[in-house]
Amino acid sequence: MKAFLNKHAKHFKKGGKLERWYPAFEMVDTFIYTPLEKTHGKTHVRDGIELKRIMTTVVIALLPCLVMALYNTGLQANNAIAATGANPEGWRHAIMAMLGVGYDPHSIYDNFIHGGMYFFPLYIATMIVGGTWEVLFAIVRKHEIGEAFLVTSLLYPLILPPTVPIWQAMVALSIGLVFGKELFGGTGRNLVNPALFSRAILFFSYPAAATGDSIWIALDGFSQATPLGGQALGLEMNVTFIDAFLGFIPGSMGETSTLACLFGAFVLIVTGIGSWRIILSSVAGLLIFTGLFYIAGSDTNPMFQLAPHWHLVLGGFAFAIVFMATDPVSATYTNRGKYYYGFLIGALTALVRVVNPAYPEGAMLAILFANIMAPLIDYLVIRANIKRRGVRSAA
Amino acid sequence: MLEAYLALFIKAVFIENIALTFFLGMCTFIAVSKTVETAFGLGIAVVVVQTITVPVNNLIFAYVLKDGALSWAGLGNVDLTFIGLVTYIGVIAAIVQILEMALDKYVPALYNALGIFLPLITVNCAILGGSLFMVQREYNFGESVVYGMGSGVGWALAIVALAGLREKMKYASVPKGLDGAGITFIVAGIMAIAFMLFSGIQL
Repeated sequence: MKAFLNKHAKHFKKGGKLERWYPAFEMVDTFIYTPLEKTHGKTHVRDGIELKRIMTTVVIALLPCLVMALYNTGLQANNAIAATGANPEGWRHAIMAMLGVGYDPHSIYDNFIHGGMYFFPLYIATMIVGGTWEVLFAIVRKHEIGEAFLVTSLLYPLILPPTVPIWQAMVALSIGLVFGKELFGGTGRNLVNPALFSRAILFFSYPAAATGDSIWIALDGFSQATPLGGQALGLEMNVTFIDAFLGFIPGSMGETSTLACLFGAFVLIVTGIGSWRIILSSVAGLLIFTGLFYIAGSDTNPMFQLAPHWHLVLGGFAFAIVFMATDPVSATYTNRGKYYYGFLIGALTALVRVVNPAYPEGAMLAILFANIMAPLIDYLVIRANIKRRGVRSAA
Repeated sequence: MLEAYLALFIKAVFIENIALTFFLGMCTFIAVSKTVETAFGLGIAVVVVQTITVPVNNLIFAYVLKDGALSWAGLGNVDLTFIGLVTYIGVIAAIVQILEMALDKYVPALYNALGIFLPLITVNCAILGGSLFMVQREYNFGESVVYGMGSGVGWALAIVALAGLREKMKYASVPKGLDGAGITFIVAGIMAIAFMLFSGIQL
């Protein structure tokens, strides 16, 4: 493999006949082997970590969420089938019948296969769309292919409801990637998290596919609200706290399990990729504000009665703050700014969940909003620092 | 009473942000948002002017222009609303001029800080938009003070945030054809989507 790559490297170097395709070659080469180029001169980088290793770590941190996505999507659908006795049709079920897979909600294998029937088509579609745009822009604009699209393409299907039409997901991702990331110069230069931005585009462009009660369980015509959405409507809470914590509730595919997100948070914090400051302060922001609403109470709005600790395990908050808010590119850069940034996310999530009847879940838009406010927060933090030091040196 | 004013203020700043939900004042919004510092100066100027012009136009509307408003002068059946647009523009221009001279005389520090932005504001459509919304929504005097201030603060917040993003974009590599105003419009669009966070909140 190594010999093959080295042998063909000359075609892609300057003047070679395949020079235009150098980014594609470079991607394959450095993805498999650590690049040979070293720093020259007096500066010397000691740490072996670079973009590709960071992205691989994030993918590892996402694995439990992925497993839960596969299992829970299948479980919810199989439960619904068992409850209604429906006889589902369609190409997914044709494949399942071919494989001889049943619809038993107690069979782990059945659940996984059924969930995979919904997750993998979306995932493959996202990979194709994401990869195409990245390679296209890399070749036309002559920059290297950033592996961030691998992470974006994994994050994106995880925050989608299982029933979303694949073409809509692809259109929204295209808009989100091109306008949210590629036009700014690709990986590391985007202002907002591209996966989140694509999700927001989908949410506003195809509201029928991204909101409502009938989209969360992968069975046609079966309607059940997410616990968070149900609470907003004043329905009786029909899940236990432990189920919500472990993730056996309807919701977007990868975001239901708080436990899996905790594992991801652990990996990201230990490796230093995700900022514990952001995670900590957004949890604090959410708890404080939902606590205030809980104490204040309301006769007309049932969301006020949801206790703060429930807010942590319901909806996409845990997933969003662990994997989206900590995105090092679109978050604040200063350490002090990270506290404010996280707190803003938590507070706004609480605000949207409780007092905005238009959306049952607010973590996604709260992070987008914090993304656009992040440079301003940094600016103010740096200004305050300059002022403080000025005072100190004057004294 | 106070609660209603607070609700109106929050509505004007976030829910109906004049720059990002109505896209008013775009010329200055795009042109003067290269650095946070200047954007901040312009933002303050807009807040000041908006807080003064909206209530003044409100008084003029209520006591001169509205149908039957001239009854205090014995002209009960005169309706002057058709010259509203011209009047508001004139009032805004006059107030900006007076404000400029007054600041120059009494608060030269602020005058220097605002600099070129004050006269620029005369032609800012967010200011005229504020007055027109005030008429359309039939605000009374107190409400128009709050609304003027709120919409000014909302516009200032938007332009300062945009300037922050543009400072961050120093490190971006934007395609040549889109560099400058083009990408700024796209950024403004992204910001508008983020501000949809607040749309739907009932106060």
